[in-house]
Amino acid sequence: MDIFGKAAGQQEPSSKSIAKERLRLVLVHDRASISPQLLEDLKEDMLKVISSYMEIDENGTEVTLKSDDSSVALMASIPVIKINRI
Amino acid sequence: MGEVLVITSGKGGVGKTTATANVGTGLASIGKKVVMVDTDIGLRNLDVVMGLENRIVYDLVDVAQGNCRLKQALIKDKRLEGLCLLPAAQTKDKTAVTPEQMEELCLNLKKEFDYVIIDCPAGIEGGFKNATAGADKAIVVTTPEISAVRDADRIIGLLEAAELRNPTLIVNRLRPDMVKKGDMMDIDDIIDILAVEILGVVPEDQAIVISSNKGEPVVLDLNSSAGLAYRNIAKRITGEMIPVTSWEAEEGLLGKLKSFFGFND
Ligand SMILES: Nc1ncnc2c1ncn2[C@@H]1O[C@H](COP(=O)(O)OP(=O)(O)OP(=O)(O)O)[C@@H](O)[C@H]1O
Ligand SMILES: [Mg+2]
Repeated sequence: MDIFGKAAGQQEPSSKSIAKERLRLVLVHDRASISPQLLEDLKEDMLKVISSYMEIDENGTEVTLKSDDSSVALMASIPVIKINRI
Repeated sequence: MGEVLVITSGKGGVGKTTATANVGTGLASIGKKVVMVDTDIGLRNLDVVMGLENRIVYDLVDVAQGNCRLKQALIKDKRLEGLCLLPAAQTKDKTAVTPEQMEELCLNLKKEFDYVIIDCPAGIEGGFKNATAGADKAIVVTTPEISAVRDADRIIGLLEAAELRNPTLIVNRLRPDMVKKGDMMDIDDIIDILAVEILGVVPEDQAIVISSNKGEPVVLDLNSSAGLAYRNIAKRITGEMIPVTSWEAEEGLLGKLKSFFGFND
């Protein structure tokens, strides 16, 4: 992706590409912080998938979004009780 | 049964009221029956943009609270038949109307009009809830600036939560000269980020200031580029397929000639 696309004949990145990149990042944070319901739905879906492979402690499960200056990560802590024999 | 369109933005001052006046007038000028509803209680503006401020007797709050009949509060436009305005109350506060009352009002207006266009106040609080309560579709207005696009993104999320999915977007105050220099985000950049369908692009245009001075929506000005942009938006709302191009936003000779001869694509 052309993050710091340069306008024709210019050395500096164009202010437009700076704006677009800043906007992209701020929206990752905004979108991550406004939907606890979405996170809850995601957690339930994940638990469904994982529990067909192993026995997990649903009550001890935590799903959160962790963000720093330049990125957002999905963190899941899922205690395993027993792994099924395949 | 007509359709209720709410025009909203999140950030204030990006052009919702101007868009409401021009979309409403544009639709009426192609023969549709249209009512515009100003829900910005306490900060009434649509009446002056339309040049109808001297005709107000009753307002939205009077209708919602049953102080008058709906028909009594509707102000007929002076230029176009089939165009009406329901003004906001100026002296009451936003809690004077409830979302339930708005829903009922929209339902009643839909029976009489092809389009009900709702001018939403800035912000995401009660006024937004009222304005969206009875809406079938939403139009989000933004300018090509970070803060406005960010707030538009938030509003799109809130609209979805309120079951108003797939809103369309108007990018207002685009300056093709700045876009060319790389100093303003283009339509594509904004669509890319917001992932919504574009309804139209309106250029920065002095004709808008002049038209609101006079109280005559710019959509009726056949020589202005903003007027052309709003005529195209009105046609797209009725289902006509007119591609959105940035030349629409160009104030150049080509655009003027095209609008003069009535070519829209
Ligand atoms: N395309 C344009 N070119 C030039 N001026 C414009 C354009 N669009 C809007 N304006 C001007 O910007 C100002 C704000 O517009 P408007 O009142 O429609 O915004 P709004 O979103 O309704 O504001 P609020 O959030 O306060 O209700 C007005 O003075 C209007 O004339
Ligand atoms: Mg307004």
